[in-house]
This record gives sequence, C-alpha cells and structure tokens, in this order.
Amino acid sequence: MFEFINTLLIGITAGSIYSLMAISIVLVWRSTRVINFAAGGLALASSFVGAAVLEKTGSFWIALPLAMVAGAVFSAFIEFFFLRPLLKRSGDKGAEIFLPIIATLGLLGIIKTILSYIYGERIGSLPPPLSDKGFIVSGESIALSPMRILILGIVLLLMISLTLIFQRTNLGLSLRASSFAPEISRLAGIRVDLIRTVGWAISGAAGATAGILQTTNGSGSVAPESFEFSLLLVFGFVAAVIGGIESLVGAVLGGLTLGIILAIILMYVGGSLVFIAAFLILILILLLRPQGIIGAKGGRRA
Amino acid sequence: MLRIENLTVDHGAIRALHGVSFSVEKGQLAAVIGANGAGKTTLLRTLSGLNKASEGQAHWGDHNILHSKPEKLVRHGISHVSEGKSVIPELTVSENLELGSLWRRNSKESSQSKKEVLELFPRLGERLSQRADSLSGGERQMLALGRSIMSKPELLLLDEPSLGLAPLVIEQIFQAIRDLTTAKGLTVILVEQNAMGALKIADIGIVLNLGSIAAIGSAAALKDDPAVRAAYLGF
Repeated sequence: MFEFINTLLIGITAGSIYSLMAISIVLVWRSTRVINFAAGGLALASSFVGAAVLEKTGSFWIALPLAMVAGAVFSAFIEFFFLRPLLKRSGDKGAEIFLPIIATLGLLGIIKTILSYIYGERIGSLPPPLSDKGFIVSGESIALSPMRILILGIVLLLMISLTLIFQRTNLGLSLRASSFAPEISRLAGIRVDLIRTVGWAISGAAGATAGILQTTNGSGSVAPESFEFSLLLVFGFVAAVIGGIESLVGAVLGGLTLGIILAIILMYVGGSLVFIAAFLILILILLLRPQGIIGAKGGRRA
Repeated sequence: MLRIENLTVDHGAIRALHGVSFSVEKGQLAAVIGANGAGKTTLLRTLSGLNKASEGQAHWGDHNILHSKPEKLVRHGISHVSEGKSVIPELTVSENLELGSLWRRNSKESSQSKKEVLELFPRLGERLSQRADSLSGGERQMLALGRSIMSKPELLLLDEPSLGLAPLVIEQIFQAIRDLTTAKGLTVILVEQNAMGALKIADIGIVLNLGSIAAIGSAAALKDDPAVRAAYLGF
C-alpha cells in the first residue's frame, strides 16, 4: 500500500509536468492546426536560458519567470518568421499538408544544433531549489518532498491562470474564437494573426516551465542532446492525444493519466518498458478513442 | 455612400465578377438577387476583404476598401455576416455577441450595444449562457445579426440570412433587417436567393447574372418588371 501511494505520488508529479508540455502542444494545435514538434526544442532552449540566469543570479525565482519569457519570445518568433509565411503558402493538396509538420521537426533539429554549437559538451545546471528529500511518515520516507510540492504548486497555479485567461478575459475569448472559427473572428474584427502569435507565446511559456521543472525533478542538468527532453516531448504529445488534442482540461487529465500509468509500469514491471508503454497507449487511444478521453464526438471544448 | 466601379474578381482561372459597377446611398437597403453562381457571395466577400479583387474600385465614403483586411474594415464600420448562420457554435450566446465588440475595447459601449441587441431579439436574452449550437436556425441568424450590430456597423453586408429558415422566421428576420436599416440609418447590402422577400423590404434591387449586372433599379420597379419576374422571381 505504502509503495503504491508512493508510486501514485511520483506519477502525479511527473504527469503534471507532462500536462504542461501537453498544454504547450494543444495551444499551438488550437491556434494554427500544427503539431509543434519544435516545442521540445523550445523547452530545451528556454531551460538553458533558465540555467544561465540561475548561474548569474543564483535565484530559481528569477530563473523560472525569465525562462518563461524566453520560451514565449522564442515561440512567437518561430510562429512569426517560419510558420506564418509557410502556412500562407502551403495548401491542402497532396503532400502539402505535411509541410508544417516537417517544418516543426526540422526546427527541432535546428534548435538542438544551435544549442550544441553554443554549448558543445557543456551542460546547464538546474538543481532543485528546495529539498527533494521525501518527508518522513511513521519512520519511512514518502515520495513527497518540498520540491515535489513546489512542482505541483507551480503547475496548479499555471493551470488556474490559464483557465482564468481563457474563460474570463477578452484575450481568452479572442484566442478561443480565433481557433474555432478564424474567418468569423476576422469578420468580427479580431486580429487573428496577432492572436495566433499570442497563442504560440503562451505555449512557449508553458513549454519552458515544463522544461525547467522536468530538469529540476530529474537529473538537475540540461544538455543539448538531452534524452530527458526527448521523453518530455513524446510524453507531452501522448498526453495531448489522450486528452483529445483540442482541450486544455484534456491535456491536464491526459498528462496525469500518463504519468500515473508510467509510474506504475516503472515500479511494478520494469523501467525498460516505459517508452514502449507510452507508444502503446498512444496507439490504443488513436484506435479506440481518437477524440480523447473527454472529447465528445466531433465536439470541441475550451 | 458605397461606390463600386468596374469590380472584377477571379477565382483562379474562373472570373466570378465582370466589371460590376453600382452605388448605394447612405441609409439605403440594396437587395442583390440572382441564381446560384451569379457572384453574389463573391461580391460581399470582396467588399469585406475576404476575397481579392483583380480590377476596379470600391469606396465606402472616402475610404478605398479594396485590398484591406476584414479586421481592418470592421474598424471602418463595415460588417459582414457570412453565409450559413455565421456564429461560433462552441461559444456561448453571450460570448458570440461580445466577440463583435471586442475590437472597440470599450466595455461600457459594449454592454450598451448588448442591451440594444437583446431588446431587438429578446429570445437571445433567455439563452445568453447556452452554447450557440443549442440554438434553432432562426435564433442563430438573430445571433449572427446581433454580433454584427455589436460592432456598431454603418455598412452591413448580409449573405442569405433566410437560408434554411421557416417562412415565418424569414419574415421576422427580414422585418428586423428593415427596422434596423431605418432606425440606425444603416446602409445594407442584402444578398438573397429569396428574391421576392428581399425586394419587398429593399429600396433598390440589383440582379446579378453570371458575374454581371443584369438589371438594376428601384426595388418596387424590379418587382414589377416582367422580364425580372420571369427570370428571377419564378412567376
């Protein structure tokens, strides 16, 4: 029982980080109908910014927000200078529909190459700002540490802010309207192009947070060829698909579900199966419930 | 006043409008009628900036409206309600309305406009927090019109508001369009398949055929013109 609760706690923490990555992917999908594989690279680049700021200032509390700003700027930059011109020119005939997705894969490679060029063999260091030693409950150490609580707190805070922005503000209404019906939105006077860039920026900030938290929760350091970040991208994408790719709530539920399932497999089956399990879940969802766990058939939700 | 000269629009290799010229005085309601494929929708989409013109001029007041983006033209008082009950089904009725006034960035004016719309279409008021896809066809058309009014338009471009509606509802919608035109001094271009209904409420009528103007004149005269009746009104 004790072991199982610990497994759940590990799964929920890891899952909450996948949720952030899933949110990053869902936001871009909703605003431009592009699966953004570059999100993994953007998270990586933002984490390097976070590590650099941490080295200079020594404060995680300055490093995290600045990394989020960097993520937003990088992401908006990519939308504005690469995806926007590309989408204006590409159509929906034959192989053209693959253009944007190939482009984001290419960008992922380019970002990693640039980081390798800048950093070479050096790594960015992002140690946990709080203790990651588990609390002691009746003589035994549980998988809940101050650092884990901090991670859950940050993720929760971001999700509440995003929900408020999307549901309660004019910007949120513009974001939702532009993703559901760009033409009607333009006729209503919404600057849809600008709103799309904002959507990408928010996505970049969410991805940056996922990257920083993944690093501090994991090895504590970030390298240009980081396997941790490849996992983060894949798990974030699987979580987004579990949640139905359209929905922010779905992305959160998808991330938590995936985190818990993978933690159980890691604990009771074996670490080598985790990656395969994630792909199996992806394929099962696509076969059995392509609309995601909360998606209604053909329906779209905020 | 809306002044259109020699407007020509191509869809790829197909010419949808051939040198169309006409003008509509401020405060007039112009009905544009004609068969499917006559270029009616293309005309509206070009005036609202969704389609590009190949040749010609279009002025709303002193402002040249060709080659502008739709979101910019809204700021010059031009509002286009596109074909097929142009509401966003995933948003609530209230959100659909608010969408129309977002660009004004003035919540006081926005709630004033909302009050006006709800007075005009009280049924929307009972459904403010429902999703728009729960509305009937007629209610959706009211919502689309309402959203357009929220943007404080001076020139209203309406594409087939009667499409797929029951006769009684069509009458209501047409009456609302006529009342709005008069009460707010709007200029309206009403594109319709329902030629008789549209000419009844319009001041002037324009008959399009294969991308060119086949007849133009006062709505009353067109309604009684035997050639127009035979070709476009079906009796």
